[in-house]
Amino acid sequence: MADNVTKDPATGVDTTGHEWDGIQELNNPLPRWWLWLFYACIVYALLYTIAYPAWPLVNRATGGLLGYSTRGEVAAEIERVEAQNAEVAAELAAADLTTLDPSSAAFHYGMAGGAAVFRANCSQCHGAGAAGAVGYPNLLDDDWLWGGDLAAIEYTVRHGIRNEADFDARYSEMPVFGDMLEDAEIASVVEHVLAISGAEHDAAMAEEGAVVFADNCASCHGDAGTGDREQGAPNLTDAIWLYGGDRETITETVTYSRYGVMPPWAPRLSEAEIKAVALYVHGLGGGEDAPAE
Amino acid sequence: MADTENTQATEAPKKGILNKHAILERSPTLLFIFSFLVVTVGGIVEIAPLFWLENTIEEVEGVRPYSPLELKGRDIYVREGCYVCHSQMIRPMRDEVERYGHYSLAAESMYDHPFQWGSKRTGPDLARVGGRYSDAWHVDHLVDPQSVVPESVMPKYEFLLHTNLDYAHIEDLMSTHRMVGVPYTDEMIENGMADLQAQADPDSDYDAMLERYPGAVVSNFDDQRGVTEMDALIAYLQVLGTMVDFSTFTADASR
Repeated sequence: MADNVTKDPATGVDTTGHEWDGIQELNNPLPRWWLWLFYACIVYALLYTIAYPAWPLVNRATGGLLGYSTRGEVAAEIERVEAQNAEVAAELAAADLTTLDPSSAAFHYGMAGGAAVFRANCSQCHGAGAAGAVGYPNLLDDDWLWGGDLAAIEYTVRHGIRNEADFDARYSEMPVFGDMLEDAEIASVVEHVLAISGAEHDAAMAEEGAVVFADNCASCHGDAGTGDREQGAPNLTDAIWLYGGDRETITETVTYSRYGVMPPWAPRLSEAEIKAVALYVHGLGGGEDAPAE
Repeated sequence: MADTENTQATEAPKKGILNKHAILERSPTLLFIFSFLVVTVGGIVEIAPLFWLENTIEEVEGVRPYSPLELKGRDIYVREGCYVCHSQMIRPMRDEVERYGHYSLAAESMYDHPFQWGSKRTGPDLARVGGRYSDAWHVDHLVDPQSVVPESVMPKYEFLLHTNLDYAHIEDLMSTHRMVGVPYTDEMIENGMADLQAQADPDSDYDAMLERYPGAVVSNFDDQRGVTEMDALIAYLQVLGTMVDFSTFTADASR
């Protein structure tokens, strides 16, 4: 068939030499613009392999004349953003949060940057909206275990709670009262805790429980059960519960104790990031003023 | 030929080398063979050099084979299809590095068979999840992800907590990994079972295990007696991305 190339009389163009059901095909050359584009692409590709890393050699590939590398690019990008923020970040890192002026650039940088740090690092436990979950404190309210002023929050973020990685971590340990008290004593002290938190309770048992409470619990939670932030002992009178405030859960807490852990963030976050997230958490609604000297 | 009256014969087609492709265009078999060859060249040029170029996998200090418990945990990770929603590959981009940590190095998955880079992130990247959360958090999260991350769509894996880990064949598993290139020594394989139990029990004599697998986390991960699948999976998660000390690592700029 290839030999049956004929010239089409209407256009004067050769046919491809094959036909199907009487239909023949003109063998027009490719459009010149297309052809030149194609050649240009080939030349571009060659130039590209000279400019960028490409050709494999014996030990490594050619590096390219432009000296491009993915790693170099990301390092430069990180450096660029860090340089942009360097001044304000340094200002925040060096600042004393308690006296930081809320209208300063460092404060605004901290609030905005702290939100990003919180989402990436804290939200997995405390929730994206910081409302906490069972066993993970709510950071929106004004009920603080270890203190809610800026310095206390910053310390908690930096060192964490009850972890083994940081010697300065906040530490306290509630005893396992199941080993120390009789079941009846635990039952009565639970009624007492229900009573002081304003929940429904058995008054007679609560009265007995008050004695057990004074002997065993008051040293940390206080005589009135209002807690002690020095020891991270929760206020039991405010009806805000970390693990649950129903009879069964409180019994479980007293019997087996609780041991909430927070990692130290100093090894992972920069000084400015720690202060930023402290500012952010403080600003969520429950932040307290520094105690008067 | 139809309509021969309207056409007239022309001179024979040009015979130059550029016109030889007409032969391919007219034979499906030849066309297939030659297109296959062209595609093969492309594949060879892109893939083959990776096997001899020295900087494909740079040498990085600290990367070690998985401990037996981590290896079993990895099997559970694969079995449960975690890779479908979680990648293990931090790309070299600023936003990735800020969120997850240092970008992943090829060497960090050199003992992964198969690798778990993944290509889909319904959940976050896990390449550096090791040490980021406590064991207790992982237990809470695997048992009921929504209890700690309310907006999560991750399924619940509570059964891992109640399923004893089947590690009778741990030595065979390690030998198999050795066959595909993981440098487990005879000593490691002989002690596979003992090392696995030691890592899941902080009261055990785990010094020898730690010598073989430096940096392995020894813990009763799920806080229960016995070795469960939960123990193994958390042991694996806690080692992810922790083997290389990035305070001493300097990136090879040529990559």
